[in-house]
Order: sequence, then structure tokens, then C-alpha cells
Amino acid sequence: KVTCNSHGQDSSYFLGWQEYEKNPYDEVKNPKGIIQMGLAENQLCFDLLESWLAKNPDAVSFKREEQSIFKELALFQDYHGLPAFKKALVDFMAEIRGNKVSFDTDHLVLTAGATSANETLIFCLAEKGDAILLPTPYYPGFDRDLKWRTGAEIVPIQCSSSNGFQITESALEAAYQEAQRKNLRVKGVLVTNPSNPLGTTMSRNELDLLVNFVTDKEIHLISDEIYSGTVFSSPAFVSIMEVLKDRKLENTQVWERVHVVYSLSKDLGLPGFRVGAIYSNDPIVVAAATKMSSFGLVSSQTQYLLSAMLSDKKFTKEYISKNHKRLQKRQNKLVSGLEKAGISCLESNAGLFCWVDMRHLLSSNTFEAEMELWKRIVYDVKLNISPGSSCHCTEPGWFRVCFANMSEDTLKLAMQRLKSFVSSITIDNQTHQDLKNMRKKNRTKWVFRLSFQSFHDREQGER
Amino acid sequence: MAIEIEKPSSVRLSKVAISKTHGEDSPYFAGWKAYDENPYDEVHNQSGVIQMGLAENQVSFDLLEKYLEEHHEASSWGKGAPGFRENALFQDYHGLKSFRQAMANFMEQIRGGKVKFDPDRIVLTAGATAANELLTFILADPGDALLVPTPYYPGFDRDLRWRTGVKIVPIHCNSSNNFQITPQALEAAYRSAESMDLKVRGILITNPSNPLGSTIQSSILNDILDFAVHKNIHLVSDEIYSGSTFSPSEFVSIAEILRNRNYKDAERVHIVYSLSKDLGLPGFRVGTIYSYNDDVVTTARRMSSFTLISSQTQHLLACMLSNHEFTQNYIKTNRERLNKRYDMIIQGLKKAGIECLKGNAGLFCWMNLSPLLNEPTRQGELELWNIILNQVKLNISPGSSCHCSEPGWFRVCFANMSEQTLRVALQRIHKFMEQRKVCSVNR
Repeated sequence: KVTCNSHGQDSSYFLGWQEYEKNPYDEVKNPKGIIQMGLAENQLCFDLLESWLAKNPDAVSFKREEQSIFKELALFQDYHGLPAFKKALVDFMAEIRGNKVSFDTDHLVLTAGATSANETLIFCLAEKGDAILLPTPYYPGFDRDLKWRTGAEIVPIQCSSSNGFQITESALEAAYQEAQRKNLRVKGVLVTNPSNPLGTTMSRNELDLLVNFVTDKEIHLISDEIYSGTVFSSPAFVSIMEVLKDRKLENTQVWERVHVVYSLSKDLGLPGFRVGAIYSNDPIVVAAATKMSSFGLVSSQTQYLLSAMLSDKKFTKEYISKNHKRLQKRQNKLVSGLEKAGISCLESNAGLFCWVDMRHLLSSNTFEAEMELWKRIVYDVKLNISPGSSCHCTEPGWFRVCFANMSEDTLKLAMQRLKSFVSSITIDNQTHQDLKNMRKKNRTKWVFRLSFQSFHDREQGER
Repeated sequence: MAIEIEKPSSVRLSKVAISKTHGEDSPYFAGWKAYDENPYDEVHNQSGVIQMGLAENQVSFDLLEKYLEEHHEASSWGKGAPGFRENALFQDYHGLKSFRQAMANFMEQIRGGKVKFDPDRIVLTAGATAANELLTFILADPGDALLVPTPYYPGFDRDLRWRTGVKIVPIHCNSSNNFQITPQALEAAYRSAESMDLKVRGILITNPSNPLGSTIQSSILNDILDFAVHKNIHLVSDEIYSGSTFSPSEFVSIAEILRNRNYKDAERVHIVYSLSKDLGLPGFRVGTIYSYNDDVVTTARRMSSFTLISSQTQHLLACMLSNHEFTQNYIKTNRERLNKRYDMIIQGLKKAGIECLKGNAGLFCWMNLSPLLNEPTRQGELELWNIILNQVKLNISPGSSCHCSEPGWFRVCFANMSEQTLRVALQRIHKFMEQRKVCSVNR
């Protein structure tokens, strides 16, 4: 385990982080530093959390109705989890889904973050020689979380921009065949819905396709719904549980093969607190995962704080609503800022990032060119964004750009830098083009007429 | 004739998921069940089962609560919560620097300042349970073996073996020399592993020992380290009970042994620690790995992503353990109170005619009931255990659940209840022993 590289920490994804660490942007102290846009954090609603904390001091001073429960919490290490917290969490999960589905605390297992939840599920469902199918592009962390200690393999379900990176029946089938070709037993499909890095919710059609596929192949389906609370515009979020319910599949075999992963790291912006959960309809999986959670329990201090917070329905209602509004506003700012730089992105309705199309800025349609462009953006433009290749995207030129982990002003600055950069490339390309054509024997008029403006227009057309 | 072919069952779960290696079907856990169904309560259920199978430290909560009362900023990020968002976002697997620093200091204080710990070698995990599993993943491959002296903490069967696929080969210890580890026992264990075609990757000791409740002597620690060097394997020292030694001078950490050798051979040594026992905070999930090996530190850190400590809790404990006045007083007072409890139980048992292994640490004593066995076997031990559970109504841990090679020994915890409850438990034992005397006289 020490010698293998499945932890993936030598990838470019992490190199960008390193550069940022060496020269981080600060509004006052380092205005020329690198702006972090590679971190999917939600920093937009801390004021709501802070004001709740100010009004509810008991939640952090180990008191319940003025009585000290410190000893009780200090000793509480039951891997079944704090009942009040589990109740509050399943209610919250239901609320996020518009109460179209409900969750049973007996099927919920608490883990130290979704990182732990995903790994634990794979330990329960797969082993060396097995494969999990994942649609590309996907969260780079999965390479570590699903494969490293479990020994399982990932086989990608290739998705492409031709249909907005949606999952198709043929892509699913092709992935399955590919796994067989590699002599791997397919144990399940893992999707992230809403998607990271796409920022889109899965359509009902895709969800139906998935259900049909895992039913037919008799395999598991894991739906990582960590971003479920970040859906800020239509189409509304449809959880896999809703689909199963609508199709009346509760007492069928596939019901017990569907598992949901959740966490408070993105919706509530609390990644430091390590709060994750596995929800499974299979009692054996619940039992095994519960025991495994011993290796990554949630601090009882934190369970208590969050049980108080999430039980406050007035608070959760306001929070969910304001979170949506603020995320939408922020996403709009990123999208329009990119537009002004002549850059488009995949139309999105969720998440903390946009999936940005910079294919037109590549010197060639290759991943080498993508790396080249990425390095320029990190080192010259001083923006740390995530290259699509780190997400296993099959098409070069796509980047994930986060928008919720910085102030509005910082986002504005980032957009300005990007705009200047794009202009400069355009001029460079233009100059380069000029020189190239000058050397040609036959000079045509259009070469001299090409200005930045018309080049820009041409780019617009290609969107 | 047509043969009905059964539809193949749906896709199998992993071997790990369906295996019994989590160990939770053992009698050890049956005792818990009996307690859960009829728990003793000083007021509401005086005839209930007294829980003496849980190694919790409940003797020093008042000290913690006093600290919290006087230092609200530790649990609340200060007025206006300026530190809240930074703390809520902090998920760096290096861990809060201030917390690592405080932890290093605390570990030094426990060892009377005899060794120093580098905060940058501290890797944080959600409890020692996670730390031990993580180290096993790093030091061994599936099918390899770790040598563990018996009797040992039952949880190791799950923590070291379940998901890792690593095997435990016991280093047999017995009462003839107070269950101390000998070079012969080490050698025998190694050979036993070899005979089973298992590659030994390391030794894991618990010092002070659970369930023996005693510290490992300096000379033996040296023997163990020499053995590890000779076989070129790792040595993990789980020092989770280091702060529970009744007298500070009696605990010798493997860190001291290394220091005495100028840290030669240190790169094979790793220490596990936790605040679950010394500070009585098992719910907060605070464990650490301290390794003298850079590669292990780097890899453990990355792996700790699966088991990070809540930043809220790191903040609380960074404040608490940085408070020198608090830690000095806590360590000293905690030791005194545990010592007092230990004396109380030993005297009580002695009066009842029961001998225990001479202990000097931990939250339990290692009681010898072998004279009471119907037969000197595991079966005899379980029969006796059942009687104690169902008639005397005390849940204690049978030595067989700790893989003890001699039947008749039991681990009895004394720090997870009030003094009054302990007195009740001792009275019950006394009565039980009296009745047995009467019975044997009348036979």
C-alpha cells in the first residue's frame, strides 16, 4: 500500500494545489497571488450558521435544556450513532428532496465524511478482481477512495459533450464489456448526482436507464448525493430513491442494491466536521457498514451540535432556501464573467463549480495541449482550476472552475484576469498567424483584415 | 425429469462484508447484551447487571467539566465566532498544527519529560481503533501476519484483521512469570507463523497492557526491540493507557528505549495513542500514530483522509491540552484517583479470597478465578462466566475472549462506575464467594 500510487497524490490536480500553497491570493497581503478555484467549498452561508450558533449556545456547551450532558457525550461511542442526530439528518435529507421521499434511521450509517462512506461501501460490495463503473468525468478523489485500500478497480463509462455528458445505454454497455475484457467482475455503478464536476442534475431518463441497467446486470447502484442541497435552478433534483418509489420497486431485488451517500461538507459548508452517511436498503450492508464505521466514527461533540441545528426546522428551511439563492446568484456571476472572456460552460443547475469549455483555447485537440493551457492558467493567469484530464474526461479542453469558495470581489478579479489572458492569447495567435502567412508567397487580404474583434466574433460562433 | 434450476441469487457482497472477522458474535458481546437488557442503576434498578466489562475512565470528568466552564472559547470559537468558518472548513489531513503541538506536549508530560515528540510526526485518526487498522494496512499485506502477545484486547481481532486481510499469530504468555513476554515466546510465535507459511511483518504490543493492567518492563521492551531488529520487522507500541499508570515512574515508553539507543533502529517503531482512556473521551474519536519512519508518516497521513478527527473537536482539545496548568493537574490527579480505585478493588477482592495479577496501570485488574473452575478448560471458564453474569449479575470479560492460553482469568474494570457502585459489586462478589465456601463445606 505504501509503494503503490493509487492514492493519486502525484497527479497534476495536486500540483496545482502546491502552487497555490506557495503563492496564495490575498485581497490585501498578496493581491497578485494565485486565486484558488479548484476547491469545491461552500462559503456562501456561514453567516447563517454563525447566527444560529449565537442564538443556540447550548449546542456547543454540551448542554441540553440547561443540563450538562458532557459526560454522556464524552462517553458516547456507539457506532449506531446519536439517535437524535440521525433523526435530524434523515429529516434534513428528506427536506432537501422536497419531502418526496423519506428515510429511515435504521438504514442510515454515520461515517467520518463522504470519503469514508464511499470507501466503506466499496469494502462492503467489492474486492480485488472487481470493478465499479463510473461515468466520466468524475471527482479525482474517487481513484483513491474507491480503489486504494479496497483493491477494487474503476472502469469508466465514457460520456461526451455531444449530449451534455449524459449517460447513455450504449456507454453503460460498453463500460460493462470493457470490464469483462479486463477480466473484472462488475459489482456496481457509482454516480454522483448532482454531478461533480459537471454541476448538473441527472435527468429522469438517465436515472431510469441506470435502474434498468443495474436490474438487468444484477449489480449495485451507488448514488453519491453529496451535492443534493446545492440544486439552485431547474430541473429540480430527482433522487434515485424517488425514481425507485415512483416505479414501485420497493419490494423488488433492485431495491436492496441501491445505496445513497450523503455528507454535510458541501450543502452546509462543514467539511472539517467530517459528517458523512451511507443510506442502504440492504440490512446486511447496513449491518456490515455500521461495524466498519468503527474505523471512522463522527465525533459525538459534532453529532450533538448538528442534531440541535438540523432539528431546528425553521433554520433548515431558511438555510436551504437562502443557500439555493446565493449559489444561483454566484453561478450566474461566474457564467457571465466567463462569457465576457469568450468562454462558455456546460449549462448547469447545481454544485459549487461550472464545467468550463476552453477547447477553443487549446493549441491542439490533445491532453498535452490541455496541460499546457492549464499550466499557463496556473502560473501566468494565476488561477488554480482543475483540468478535465484529472477528472478522466475523454475530451481535452474542459476545466472545472469553482465559484463558491471565495468572495464576490475575488471572483470578479479572477474573471478579469481570465479575460485579459484570453485577449492576449488571441493577439498572440493572431500575431503568430500573421507571421506564418507573411512567409507565404501568396498573401491574401483577409490576413490583414483579421483583427481581435473579428477573431472574437468567430469564437462566439463556435460556442 | 426436468430439474428446477434456481435463479442465481443477486450479486454477492464482498467477502469482508459477510465474514465474521468483525468478531461480534463472541460471548464477549453477549455479556453486553445482558447488561443492556438489565442495567444496574443506583436508584432505579439496584438488582441490575453491573457493567464491569467496559474499560472507560469516569473518575476525572469533574476536572474536564471545570476546564470547560472556565474556558468557553474552547468549545465555542470565541465571541462572535471569528474562528468558526476557518475551523469548519479545515479538513487538511495534516491536522490542526496547534492540536498536534498540544498532543506532542501532552504525550511528553505523561512520560515525565523523558522523551520529546515532534508534532510533525503525529498523524491524527478517529480513535486508536482507526490508528491500529491504518498502521496494519501500511505495514502488512493481505495474508501477512502480526505477532501479538496474549492475552490481548478482543477488538484487535477486528481492528488488525478484518478489512486488512492480515493475520494475528499469538505470542503466548502465561501466569508462571506474570504473563511477561519472553524471547522464547517471541521466537516460538515467529516459528509458528513460518510453519503456517505466513510472512511476519511486525509485532504489536500494548503498553501498559490491556487486559493485564501492568506496564512492560524496560528489559523486556529491549528484548522485543532486539527481536524486531533481528527479524527485520516493525514494532507497534499501543500506549493508549500510558496516562493511566498509577505511578509515573513505572511506565517506560518504547520512545525512551529508542532514545537510550540514540534512535538507532527507530524507523521500524510506531506508537499509537488516544485520548479515549486517559482523558475519558472515547466519543470524541481522538487517536494518533507517532512514527519514526518518514514513509509511514506520509502514507499514514494520506490514509487518514478516511478517518479524520472533527476540526471542532481538534480545536477544543488544542485549547485544553495547551493549557499546561490544566494538563499537569489532570495527569497527576487522574493517576491518584485510578490508584485509589485500584487499591479499593484489590482489597475488596482479597477480602473475598480472590487474587489478581499485580497491576500498576489501566482501568481494570486481571483477576484469577482458576481455583473456582469446574474444569480447567475454556468451557469451564465460560460456565463460570455465565454464573457471574446471570447470578452475581456482574458483566466481566472472560480471559478466553482475550485469547488467554490459561483458563480462569477475567478482566474486571473499576473506573467506569461510581465508588458506591464498585462497593456494591465487591459486596456481591464477597457474597458469591461466601456461598461457594458454604456449598463446598456442605458437600
